[in-house]
Amino acid sequence: MRVLIDGISKVFTDRQGGRTEALRDIRFAIEENEFVVVVGPSGCGKSTLLNIIGGLLSATSGQVIFEGVRNHSKPQTAIVFQDFALFPWRTVFKNIVYGLEEQGLSHADQVDIAKKYIAMVGLQGFEGKYPHQLSGGMKQRVSIARALATDPLLLLMDEPFSALDAQTRTLMQYELSRIWEETRKSFLYITHHIQEAVFLGDRVVVLSRRPGRILNIVKIDLPRPRDEHLVIEKRFLEYVEIVWTYIKEQARDALEELP
Amino acid sequence: MIQGRSSSNRKGDSSPRGFLEERLVVQDKTAFLQMKEHPWISASSFLVILLIWEIVSRRQWVPPLFLPAPTEIVSEGWAMLWTGMIFKHLFASLSRILWGFSVACLLGVAVGICIGFFSVPEAVGNPIIAATFPIPKIAILPLLILWLGIGETSKVAVIALGVFFPMVINVYTGVKNVDPLLIKAALSLGSNRARIIRKVILPSILPMIFAGMKLGIGIALLLVVAAEMVAADAGIGFMILTAADLMQTKKLMVGLILLSLLGLFSNWLFQRLERLFIPWKQ
Repeated sequence: MRVLIDGISKVFTDRQGGRTEALRDIRFAIEENEFVVVVGPSGCGKSTLLNIIGGLLSATSGQVIFEGVRNHSKPQTAIVFQDFALFPWRTVFKNIVYGLEEQGLSHADQVDIAKKYIAMVGLQGFEGKYPHQLSGGMKQRVSIARALATDPLLLLMDEPFSALDAQTRTLMQYELSRIWEETRKSFLYITHHIQEAVFLGDRVVVLSRRPGRILNIVKIDLPRPRDEHLVIEKRFLEYVEIVWTYIKEQARDALEELP
Repeated sequence: MIQGRSSSNRKGDSSPRGFLEERLVVQDKTAFLQMKEHPWISASSFLVILLIWEIVSRRQWVPPLFLPAPTEIVSEGWAMLWTGMIFKHLFASLSRILWGFSVACLLGVAVGICIGFFSVPEAVGNPIIAATFPIPKIAILPLLILWLGIGETSKVAVIALGVFFPMVINVYTGVKNVDPLLIKAALSLGSNRARIIRKVILPSILPMIFAGMKLGIGIALLLVVAAEMVAADAGIGFMILTAADLMQTKKLMVGLILLSLLGLFSNWLFQRLERLFIPWKQ
């Protein structure tokens, strides 16, 4: 299985006929079991790209192609959103089984799968809680479990830790790295946070500011499993520096720009 | 800092009050916003008003024909309870409300979701609702009687019509305000449109449905009384009107108290139901 992002461009047209070019000719592939991170300055169309890949937005030109799919019953993608997007009227457990209900799985299967992912993200004992009773970090764990439970070909994550405080965010990065080791799925992760990108990714796709173009794709040759000791190593910091040099000018210009 | 300053002050100043007067204690400026609850005052003021009323009628400062004493109204009500008069009228009104209210709620939710979620029904429904909503529903009663006859149907219909509008408008607004992110999440988890309505829209708008029901029950009480005053042989509105015609002020007052109790009870009931059906809100 391989996901091909084949020349995606997106132009938004507003009611007055004004055109905003968000993405220009985005072209890369996500290999099976690969963790790809897209990093870019704010307003570079990262989320637009993720929505297009997730089937929630149509591209102006270009296609997203899943190649070599053997099992057609599997969903193509599942999304972890920045603002969690949990159903407030569903408990943790009921949120996690939502996708399984839609797949028409038996109740026993739903319970088995939910249990597995509840354990994986460390939510045991919180199954009966409603989202408003949970902290931000806990909510995002539910969201990750809910997406993983559907067993998608590609897991999409749209700045999933941006709404969390800095400490929780760091811990969740370590968690996510461990979860990826356990599941070994294809992940596409969107962020504006360079350390996060280098820490998590096998490859980092660096986007320019609007219109988003690929500036470079940096292969992160760091050993796995990765943990907190990595972030003080010289090689890690060198990668951070490399990505930052690509992004620096762009971010500075974006700062000057009107939204 | 403060320590050092105060010790130097003490030397220079003749009295220790010199620096004490410099102290400014920070006050909570929002203190008055925290309204105290006065359950005791509520209860006692209510009783005091009843007592004054009782004295005014007993002393005949106001003729009992205009203002019967509270105790007399209660004993009249008690007598009517035993003869079964109250139940006859209460059940007549309640069954009209129940029918009209439930029909309106079901229709209101269905139509509200339809025009909120699909563009063609929205284009058709919106102007019709906008044009018919401002008409006072009691003004439509003569037309309904003309169409449906003078019996129960026209009364139920006018109540249904009155409750339908707040319901449909609330549901429509609710659907329009459903968090689009939740719809996206459901779509990405494999929901189709019908399932989005059942599993995302419906639970999202439950609070708005309850708000519509609370508005609706007030309107239903208003309309049932009005409809019964136009033409009926039973019901609280009929009871009040005939009592007034016969100058039975006590009986009339019993009717008013019944309406007050009915309103209080329905409010309490909806609050309980809301807590039961929306456990994620607290």
